[in-house]
Amino acid sequence: MVALEGDLVVDAVPAISKRLAAIAGPGERVEVDLSAVTDIDSAGVALLSLFLKRMDASGREVALVRVPDSVKVTLELFPFVGARVAPDVERRAVFDRVGAWAEGIADLVLHFLVVAADTSWFVVTGVFKRRGVRWHVMFYEMAQMGSKALGVVSLIAFLVGATMALQSAAQLRQFGADIFVVDLIGISMTRELGPLMAAIVVAGRSGSAVAAEIGTMMISEEIDALKTMGLHPTRFLVVPKILAITITQPLITAFADAAGILGGFLVATFYLDVGAESFIQRLQESLFLKDVVTGLIKSVIFAWLIVSVGAICGFRTRGGADAVGRSTTTSVVAGIFAVIVADALASLVFYFGD
Amino acid sequence: MRSTFEYNIIVEDLIARYGDKTVLDGVNMKVRPSEVRVILGGSGCGKSTLLKHIIGLATPAGGKVELLGVDLASADEPDKDAVLGRVGMLFQGGALLNALTIHENVALPLREKTGLPGDVIDEMVAMKLALVGLSHAHDLTPPELSGGMKKRAALARAMAMDPAVLFADEPSAGLDPITAAALDELLISLKTQFGMSLVVVTHELASVETIADRVTMLDKGHVIAEGTLEEVKATPHPMVRAFFGREGEGEEEQRSVLQAFGSDGGRA
Repeated sequence: MVALEGDLVVDAVPAISKRLAAIAGPGERVEVDLSAVTDIDSAGVALLSLFLKRMDASGREVALVRVPDSVKVTLELFPFVGARVAPDVERRAVFDRVGAWAEGIADLVLHFLVVAADTSWFVVTGVFKRRGVRWHVMFYEMAQMGSKALGVVSLIAFLVGATMALQSAAQLRQFGADIFVVDLIGISMTRELGPLMAAIVVAGRSGSAVAAEIGTMMISEEIDALKTMGLHPTRFLVVPKILAITITQPLITAFADAAGILGGFLVATFYLDVGAESFIQRLQESLFLKDVVTGLIKSVIFAWLIVSVGAICGFRTRGGADAVGRSTTTSVVAGIFAVIVADALASLVFYFGD
Repeated sequence: MRSTFEYNIIVEDLIARYGDKTVLDGVNMKVRPSEVRVILGGSGCGKSTLLKHIIGLATPAGGKVELLGVDLASADEPDKDAVLGRVGMLFQGGALLNALTIHENVALPLREKTGLPGDVIDEMVAMKLALVGLSHAHDLTPPELSGGMKKRAALARAMAMDPAVLFADEPSAGLDPITAAALDELLISLKTQFGMSLVVVTHELASVETIADRVTMLDKGHVIAEGTLEEVKATPHPMVRAFFGREGEGEEEQRSVLQAFGSDGGRA
């Protein structure tokens, strides 16, 4: 370990050169500590370069450690020396790390609240104002987030409904309780699985699209351009999407409910011999309007979460094209996570609210 | 819309930081109406940051910025809106909205910010696009345009609202000399015909010669020279010399430039 200090410049190099010359021959790893170096010029870099080469020649390991940023910039001009700068090992205490982590979370939550508040404000004020909402964009978004997701959501719900009927039939048959498959499918589809599956598919399709669109606009300065034109990015981009998904998500969910029940119905009538008539009769007895409405209310909450999480991920994009990719991924993961947490909370509320 | 202020832009002791890094350290600048101010400096010296602070996209860590008499950092929304309505910005990459056609892009501020009837807006957009030579491109989208066309379309959008102040971040970078010269001419006519203040960040010395009324030169977050182009060129600061260096300076001075760069250049 050798520590250098002060200005590593032309005038100081001869003296330092002598100090470094004392380190010679093979031996243990040498760390050159540059933390106290205030300035460096070509002569200083050359001195380090020679020292590194001499150590390399005698087979001794050597690294430049704790290099100040001002010095690092100069060293990096000369690749041979720059490559030997050891990365800063951050030795941070546990509390430091927890603090930094908490700060990051607090920042994220604050950002989320700001976007949520802005969105609510612009939705409420915008609906009553001329040119407050970009209605044509809303209709476009409804097609993007709604009708185009309908096929895949319905298909998935149909298959899940059918599978659930098949799987549960084997158990229920042991008790001669085949008919209860109707209750199972009807209630679980409308209360839980319909809204949840619709939300997960939409998070994958539309949440990511929102993040990608806003993220791309961030890095191409389009968001800045909007701001300089006095257009609030949240009003301009997020509000039409929120309004669109508020309308489409319950509709998609209703389709998912129906498709899931249809799947169950087909399995029940053709495989379990429940009989079409008794299925429908049992469904009418067991399924209450409240189940369906609960599911649809949840679907709207999920929808808001998906769009706002996507928007946050987009607005936090910094850097280049790769950053957009990361934001998109994060938006899907975080979106689905948020939906499932919200679903758990909603179950608690509806369970104890009864 | 001519402005009635003595100075359209006043920057006082502006300090800007990104994290721990101080990017601007006590910058002062005043721009009059009908003045083309060119901001010069090496890469990473804080030119774009200065622009972002003047136009309110970033909040100063210290000092004050007044744009058309309003401090954007502390102004409330309506005031801020009013000022931004009189300001245009031409971004380096154009920053056109990719989802909209060129016509819609230029019409956007007019549609969103004014109560003008649709046909008037369409006519205004056609006029602005004709001015930048893009009359044929109304229905194209930004990805269908070349870099130079994007820049011209972005300029048309920046002047859509007849701003009192127009900012341009490297307007002629990446353009061929003929288009660049035409763009410079257009910028000058904006100044003379509409009385706009222009703040232009550029590297192109040829363009500086043509358009600049006054030049502000930045280095490492400080203003190292300000004045007319001639005055700035006469400043003895080594960085200024290095910038204009190739113009037949004495051998002695050339050497001092190299020395200055050798001992300092690594830490820009």
